[in-house]
Amino acid sequence: MSNKLINWFRYASPQTFYPLAGRMIPWFWGLAAIFGVAGLGIGFLLAPTDAQQGEGYRIIFLHVPASWMSMFIYLVMAFWAATGLAFNTRLSGMMASALAPTGALFAFLSLWTGALWGKPMWGTWWVWDARLTSELILLFLYIGFIALQAAIDDPRRADKAGAILALVGVVNIPIIYFSVKWWNTLHQGASVSLTKAPSMAAMMLWGMLLCALACWMYSIAVALMRVRVIMLERERHTDWVRALLAGRE
Amino acid sequence: MKPRHKRIALILGGLAILAVAATLVLNAFRSNLVFFFSPTQVAAGEAPQGKSFRIGGMVKEGSLQRQPDGVTLRFVVTDTEKDMTVAYKGILPDLFQEGKGVVAQGKLAADGIFTASEVLAKHDENYMPPEAAKAVGDAHERAAANKAAAEAAARTTRP
Repeated sequence: MSNKLINWFRYASPQTFYPLAGRMIPWFWGLAAIFGVAGLGIGFLLAPTDAQQGEGYRIIFLHVPASWMSMFIYLVMAFWAATGLAFNTRLSGMMASALAPTGALFAFLSLWTGALWGKPMWGTWWVWDARLTSELILLFLYIGFIALQAAIDDPRRADKAGAILALVGVVNIPIIYFSVKWWNTLHQGASVSLTKAPSMAAMMLWGMLLCALACWMYSIAVALMRVRVIMLERERHTDWVRALLAGRE
Repeated sequence: MKPRHKRIALILGGLAILAVAATLVLNAFRSNLVFFFSPTQVAAGEAPQGKSFRIGGMVKEGSLQRQPDGVTLRFVVTDTEKDMTVAYKGILPDLFQEGKGVVAQGKLAADGIFTASEVLAKHDENYMPPEAAKAVGDAHERAAANKAAAEAAARTTRP
């Protein structure tokens, strides 16, 4: 294996990942700012008014990226949880814990902006249709994951318990995504999907995609910051953290 | 088999069992997970009798009428196969329009009129500027006019 250019397993150890994450964070913040400004600029200044919904549709530039992120972060979290269970790597569990609050934030944003959008367009803040209900369950799964990990003192055991909860909850993700196809719901179907051409004007789509990219970059930056703190906290008795902290003072 | 492989197999097996279980449960709940019934389903007796439920479909063009009492609205919900008349006292959402989607909650009266207590607008997933929407609408009208002209021509040429 010595002829490989990069030994990826090297970065599975917190000691080497800590400085790498620190170097990457400013880049992701920068990209988040650039994409965010570009996406919101296009969304609010260049994208046309919608024929049905007028200006009110513009909440889509936050609502859809937040919903996508809430589902995607859960998948990533479950992936790290499974990796941690299977390979007993320390970093995996830390990544899963670092992602959970950001996922919960996006799930909440998705529900909140959806309610603000639903009242003027549909005529109600909330209905118990399959899409809205399964997204609410996703928020509860995130909160449950965070609470379960917080309730167990031993971090390795907390990781295991959280990982099982995260993996069980994964079934909810396809349910959220396909709910508008499988059942008749008040929520409309997907405007953008891999299987068909997007049913949106091009400018609206660009604004939305750029905002989604901004949310990705923000999520990565915040997750890396959080995982750095978790690393220091969990590994505070090791030599590398002691050396690092001694060097700071 | 290394313990690591055993754990991976356990995780994958567990996920597979979970997926099967979820599929079975969702299939069993299928009829309870619908948010609304279409007029065709109501006509086929699939909607609950004597209980409140929701119907959904399109508001039929030209069917919205204000009743003589001045507060009751009547409109027809259609799924293009079956129609259903809905009576509603209240304020309609902004997006409520003839030819657009609607979901109404209420009870089916004995005279076949659905008395709604809540009316919600259901919009589609298309977002486009008003000019584009107008262009699409005009194209539809032209297509319909062409079709009608062609049919008329076919009738006149037929002996």
